[in-house]
Amino acid sequence: MSNNDEYILKVEHLKQYFPVKKGLKKMQLKAVDDVSFAIKPGETLGLVGESGCGKTTVGRTLLRLYEPTAGKITFNGEVIFDTGEQYDENGKVIVDASGKPVLGKKIDKKMLPYRKEMQMVFQDPYSSLNPRMTVEDIIGEPLDVHGLYNTKEERREKILELMELVGLNAEHAMRYAHEFSGGQRQRIGIARALAVNPKFIVCDEAVSALDVSIQAQVINMFEELQKKLGVAYLFIAHDLLVVRHISDRIAVMYLGKIMEIADADELNENPIHPYTLSLLSAVPIPDPETARKSQRIVLEGDVPSPLRMPTGCPFRTRCRYATEKCAQERPILTDRGNGHMVACWNK
Amino acid sequence: MSMENKNLLEVKDLHTSFFTDAGEVCAVNGVSFNLEPGKTIGIVGESGSGKSVTSYSILRILADAGKITSGEVLYKGEDITKWPEDKMQKFRGEKISIIFQDPMTSLNPVFTIGYQLEEAILLHTDKTKDEATKRAIEMLTLVGVNEPASRMKQYPHELSGGMRQRVMIAMALCCEPDILIADEPTTALDVTIQAQILELMKKLQDELGMAIIMVTHDLGVIASMCDEIMVMYGGRVCERGTADDIFYNPSHEYTKGLLRSIPRVENMNEKLVPIGGTPINLLNMPEGCAFCPRCEEAMKVCLKEKPDEIEIGEGHFASCWMNVKKMYEAQEEAKNEQ
Repeated sequence: MSNNDEYILKVEHLKQYFPVKKGLKKMQLKAVDDVSFAIKPGETLGLVGESGCGKTTVGRTLLRLYEPTAGKITFNGEVIFDTGEQYDENGKVIVDASGKPVLGKKIDKKMLPYRKEMQMVFQDPYSSLNPRMTVEDIIGEPLDVHGLYNTKEERREKILELMELVGLNAEHAMRYAHEFSGGQRQRIGIARALAVNPKFIVCDEAVSALDVSIQAQVINMFEELQKKLGVAYLFIAHDLLVVRHISDRIAVMYLGKIMEIADADELNENPIHPYTLSLLSAVPIPDPETARKSQRIVLEGDVPSPLRMPTGCPFRTRCRYATEKCAQERPILTDRGNGHMVACWNK
Repeated sequence: MSMENKNLLEVKDLHTSFFTDAGEVCAVNGVSFNLEPGKTIGIVGESGSGKSVTSYSILRILADAGKITSGEVLYKGEDITKWPEDKMQKFRGEKISIIFQDPMTSLNPVFTIGYQLEEAILLHTDKTKDEATKRAIEMLTLVGVNEPASRMKQYPHELSGGMRQRVMIAMALCCEPDILIADEPTTALDVTIQAQILELMKKLQDELGMAIIMVTHDLGVIASMCDEIMVMYGGRVCERGTADDIFYNPSHEYTKGLLRSIPRVENMNEKLVPIGGTPINLLNMPEGCAFCPRCEEAMKVCLKEKPDEIEIGEGHFASCWMNVKKMYEAQEEAKNEQ
């Protein structure tokens, strides 16, 4: 595509299957199944869905903490990973006469230089920091790995700068992680991610473990840092109000697939996919008046196991509008105007 | 029963402390509230605010280091803090039950669902084993577990999180208690499952008429479930009143801050206003108002003296010096006009 460069990160047909043994049977768990999206520089893409829908796996796979099963990842105009499958307009793999997929060039670049550009903030501020390292060393480690300083003084200076940036007291540099509260620990994790001056950060449930009053502090900090440094976020969370607040665009995932992707306000005000509708109506609104008036669309049953994925549309087993076509063929994302993409046959 | 005793449960000036190596930690500091039959009261607060300890104190299931140091818990007029343990054991499960936060760890993994449900029934009623089985299946049907008879033979790990929480609710309700304490019942669940469980609790309340004490940090859950709300901070009650009072006329600086700091539909495109500072350390409580180190409006008096509970409107109480200041200012103004 010619306008490739306008995106900082582009993911096409990403698949992540995990091998699972069930007794003697070997099976594949399709954690992420054919996911495509793109993020512009300085933009926040929210990724929401229920637990087990694969949102964390997406984040980890595109940083290549897992080796992707298939797909193409383009970062800053450069293809860093490609298994070479080609796709037609309907999202189907192009195959040759014998039924084998036509493969293009395989690309698998060394990640070290790219890790400097893409970083991650983890969910749990308690287990994502090494308890035996001081804050200085935790934040300094990425600097060490990428050799971003010449002298010891320079390293220390950079670390103190970062601590100030995330609102940590410079006097605390020699303390250990356990001496901090949850919100402060999350700030340490964010400072560590920012140490290498990345262009893109995956925030995996970065505020979920925090108390409400602290959550707002950290959300504001993410927004301020984005304004100051122009970094793009993939913001993974299950709290839809938080995601709506921080994101420019939101993607909704269900069982490893993206069901709907649109501008944050558009998605919340005019949701199209039946799953998005029920997800939004399930959010408890902190307002008694609206709560009394609102009608919840309560979904029946649980999310099916990804080992026994329904045929066709993955949501059809819980969908009110499901028809025969939904069982036979999987809907692909189609544009319903202004980049509002929906994967549904009936809506 | 006399007129004033329409309350099912009255908690009066409850104090609970934990005696640790580092000193006495006063986790609940003078909590009072009333609960009428069939009503829902919500206790909301951050971690460490004493909301869970309040509910554990009512059930008297505190850890060894924890003790109720003063105050009364009146159930139908009787002070249950004075009851002997065997009487308490009969009381728990029969008149008052609890659902815990984590459905993964609060069921025993080595017993079947059926065994655990029957155990509760056999313990509290004179039913025979067969009757108990029947009752257990009935309860599972009531809470919307599909194929209840075959579920009885399954172990907790075979069920999903939402299903386990349903089993927990079934277990809590099998003796038709008057009061159900729900301690963060949906925090570990996904939003769609959370919606299912909340709807179920409302439906069961309508059918069985029990009162609910809902403990949560989620203001959204509180808004949709509760008749009355109690906001806690640092072991103390900041404010209590109806849901409308708390959300539309918050009269404690902490409640106001809390409402400003959460993303809502109205403030989507604005910056959130966080509460500054860090949560309180209960070992090192300020002399005056617990919230004053983080309060933007804090005055001198807030540092030194605990604010008393003042009635703002009918049934709406708040403990904040700002209200006293406002009242004083209003009086001054009235004087000046005269």
